[in-house]
Formats: sequence, structure tokens, C-alpha cells
Amino acid sequence: MSTDTQTSGGATPVLELKGLCKSFGGLHATRDVSLRIMAGDRKAIIGPNGAGKTTLFNLITGIYPATSGNILLFGQDVTTWPSHRRTALGMARTFQVTSLFPKLTVLDNVLLAIKGLRPSKFVMWRVLSSYRDVYEKAHQLLEQANFLDRKDTEVRNLSHGEQRQLEIILGLASDPKILLLDEPAAGLSSGESIEMTKFLMGLDPKLAILLIEHDMDVVFDVADEISVLHFGEVLETGSPEQIHSSARVQEIYLGTD
Amino acid sequence: MIARTLPIAVAVLALLTLPLWIGGTYYVNVTSQILFYAIFALGLNVLAGYGGLVSLGHAGLFGISSYVVGYMLQLGYGHTAAILMALAVGNVSMAIYALLSLRSTGIGFIMITLALGQILWGLAYRWISVTGGDNGINVPTRPAPFGLSLADSGNFYYATLVVFLLSVIAVAIFARSPLGAALMGTRDQPRRMNALGYHVLAIRFWACLFSGLLTSVSGILFVYYTQFISPQTLALTSSAEVLLMVISGGPGTLLGPIVGAGLVVVVKNVVSGFIERWNFLLGAIFVAIVILMPEGLVPGTVRLWRLATRKRAPAKAEIKTEGKP
Repeated sequence: MSTDTQTSGGATPVLELKGLCKSFGGLHATRDVSLRIMAGDRKAIIGPNGAGKTTLFNLITGIYPATSGNILLFGQDVTTWPSHRRTALGMARTFQVTSLFPKLTVLDNVLLAIKGLRPSKFVMWRVLSSYRDVYEKAHQLLEQANFLDRKDTEVRNLSHGEQRQLEIILGLASDPKILLLDEPAAGLSSGESIEMTKFLMGLDPKLAILLIEHDMDVVFDVADEISVLHFGEVLETGSPEQIHSSARVQEIYLGTD
Repeated sequence: MIARTLPIAVAVLALLTLPLWIGGTYYVNVTSQILFYAIFALGLNVLAGYGGLVSLGHAGLFGISSYVVGYMLQLGYGHTAAILMALAVGNVSMAIYALLSLRSTGIGFIMITLALGQILWGLAYRWISVTGGDNGINVPTRPAPFGLSLADSGNFYYATLVVFLLSVIAVAIFARSPLGAALMGTRDQPRRMNALGYHVLAIRFWACLFSGLLTSVSGILFVYYTQFISPQTLALTSSAEVLLMVISGGPGTLLGPIVGAGLVVVVKNVVSGFIERWNFLLGAIFVAIVILMPEGLVPGTVRLWRLATRKRAPAKAEIKTEGKP
């Protein structure tokens, strides 16, 4: 298993989906989805409401068990792994509905996020803020994201746009190799969307990103490859230009008579 | 710094000198009761307050530790063996509770813990060969650590105080520790915690064990205080009572459960001497708390204090803007 990931080096996909299916009773939410994401790839998944985008994310991150098919992370089959083990291997995600800790400060949110992958997370006889290394890492993360001036603000007092950015910073706290973004621009004004796009473009170029988004401006700026999902199935995959001019995609979004 | 440490120092000093100024053994005993019920409430608060897991079966755990002390002494073992066995059985029971009830959260968790508590109550009531059934078990003696006999109410008070202070320090550190922070995280955002690499179930399990340890400790103090244990201690009303301590004082705070324990024990013991319908009074107090300070006495008082000490000018400005629709 481990030799496979090492010998092939950069050639091993960070994330690979092979014929992934998920049904809820009679409803096929995901049908035979195959995807391959290499280090540094920026992929987007678009599709109308109910196309199964978030379900796909929940399968990849292990919230739902897959009905059939395989999920490979760095060449290792993680199909049956629980979420927290996938995170430990280098996968992180954000949520469509902001899932921060509203009563904690920005800094405490990041501290908690970093601690998630440290073995000392089960310690109950030492104060969290006494862990120097974690504290410094949090500082560094906030500095990179230009958040240091707001580190002591309670999260519920941040603007929605700032909360969406913090959502991504928490995702970055575990030093992921692949980041799954579930509608990072959800509910943002057009000005905030531009901010978000800049923020996403400023992320480490080696980091692979899989993005679900409705805001096409964000998608076309950030992604270099787009897959269109419809009724749980990948209809088309291509460059932003190809997708933009595809007749079938327009049909899905605008409908036929 | 001084603003924070001074009230704590005053409180500890007041507790240390309490038998000198409170005027009477009766009140010393009432304070001992407050202290061990406060440990019980702190234990439940770890789950109900910090973890968002409301248990209605904690009296069962509290009682089982008491019964183990009583039964071990009856079998002829010494106090040390009885106490150690009580802690072990209390924690194993908590682990079983946790394995069964952590499969769900919210109402499901409440119902499963309630059922488990009722099972233990039923055992205490029906397993007569061990528990003595309705007659309960008498504990004829109290231990004498370092040659100090706890039969004296003053000595018992100090022993309880030491255990109480240790428990408060343990909970204070726990609430600020990585595990405490993670537990509060799983209360507010379990999905996010999972995505961050936390094992939500494991965190809740450890929190349960910590809660169970405090509950066992308070149960042991209780049985040595009353020197008697009967099924009544494990009844649903006891579980509800300790939950009310937590809720009335302020769940998720360190001081809240202690204040709540003080309130309930004082009304139960002292006020009941003057008013026959003390249950009615307790109920009325809870209704008032829920209406006036739904977040609990301690956070509610802090909120009112901040309102009262805020500068006048901005307060007026707020009223003006509110008046203009």
C-alpha cells in the first residue's frame, strides 16, 4: 500500500474516485462517479440544486458510507474509513452552512482546528493555550490569511464574508494536501465574492482543491477543470471555456421548454 | 489579575474558616451537603453543560457508588478497600452507560440514561440479598484518614472541602484543556469536529468517564455523610434534582453548578424548617430563574451586573433609538 504511493511519486493522484455510487432507498444520489485529482489541481463541480454535489462531498469525506465504488486517497483505499482518519491522511473540508464555533474567538477556533490532528488532543490536565507550538502555528496561519488583527474577535461578531474565509482557514489548519470546498461563496455579496476569489487564488499552489460552487465567476476564475453533475452523474468534464460553451450544460441550467 | 484572584481567595478563606463563624453544627453539616452535591453537579455539568449531553440517570451512578461502600463495609472490608471499589464500580458503570447511551444525542441520550438510571434503581429496590431492598444499608462508621476521625462533623466538613476544592480545580483545568475545548466543540459543531480530525465519540466517552469519576466521588461522600443508603437516592427525582442544580446555576460554567447546589440544598434543608411546602417554593424559584435568567443564575447575574455598571450615556442612546421606529 505505502510503497505504491511512494514509488510513483507525483504520479499518484491525491484523490481518486472509481465508479462511486450512493443510493438512499430508491433514490440514486450519486451514480458511477469517477474523478482523479492530482497535486495542485483546481477542480470544480457544478450542477443544479439537488444534483448530488454535497452528497458526493459527504461520500468523499466519509460522512456517508458509499453503496459501491472506491475512494482512494494517495493511492490508499479509504472507502470504509471514518472521517477523522481521512483527515489525518491529509484531507480537509469546509461546509456549505458555516460551521464555526461562534462563541469562541478567531484564535481559539484555529487552535481547536490545529489540535485535531495532535495526539495531545485527549489531554485533560493541561491548559490548551499552554501549547506553544500550536499557538505559534495558529499565529502563522492567521498572519498568512491577513486575519491577525481580528484574532481576539468572537466569531459571531465577524461579517459573513469573514466567516466564510475563516471556514477555509480552519480547513487549512490540518495542513491538508487536498481541500474540499463546499460553496465557499454561499451567501456572499458580489464584492465579498471577489475577495473570496482572491483569497482562494492566494492559497498554496501545491494544494489540490475540489470546489463546489454556484457562483460561476468564482468557479471560472479559480478552477482549471470543471465537471458538471446532473442527477448524480458526471455529464461533462472540461476546461472552463469548454463548459461555458457546452450546449448540454446550458440545457441543464436553463431547461428545455 | 487581582480582580479575578481576590474573590476566589475570599471565598476559599470563608470556606476554610466556616465552622468558626457559621454558628452551629447544623449549618456546618448543611455546608458539607452543599459541597458534595456541588461535586455531583459539577460532574453532571461536564456532560450536560460542556458536552451538551443531558443525562437523567446520574443518580444511578451516584447511588451505585454509595451502595458499593455500604456493601463492602457490610462484607467486612476496610474503608480504603470500600472507597477504591466504589470508584472502580462507579467508573465501570459509567463506561457501560456511555457505550449504550452515546449511540445517540439529544432526546435519545436523555431517554437511554433515564432508562439505565431506572434499571439501577430497580436493582437497588429488588436485589434484596445485596442491597437490603427498601431497608437500605446502614454504614455504621466513617473513615479516619491520618488518624482524624470524620465522625466529628467539623472534620468531615474539612475532608469534604478538600475533595471539593480538588474537584473544582480539576474541572477548571479540564474546561481549558484540549479535551475540554474539544468537548465543547463537539457540543456546538460535531460535524466540523469530525472533519477536523477529532473522534467525536472518543471525546464524549472520555468526558463521560470524567463525569462519572466526580459523580462516584460525591456518592462516596454522600454515603459517609448520611451513613445510610436506600433506593430513594437512585430515584428519578434525585437525577432531576441534580440536573436542576446545573440548569438553575448555569450549565457550562464552573461556578453555576456550585451555586445551584447551594440553592437546592439550602431550600431543601433550611427553608423546609420554616415552610412546610418547600417543594412549592423550590418550584417557584426555578420558574423565576427560567423566566428571568434562562441562561442560569451565574451567567444571568453577570449579565445584569454588566448592564448595571455600564455607563449611563450609551444606555440612554440605546433607549432613544429603540423608541424611534
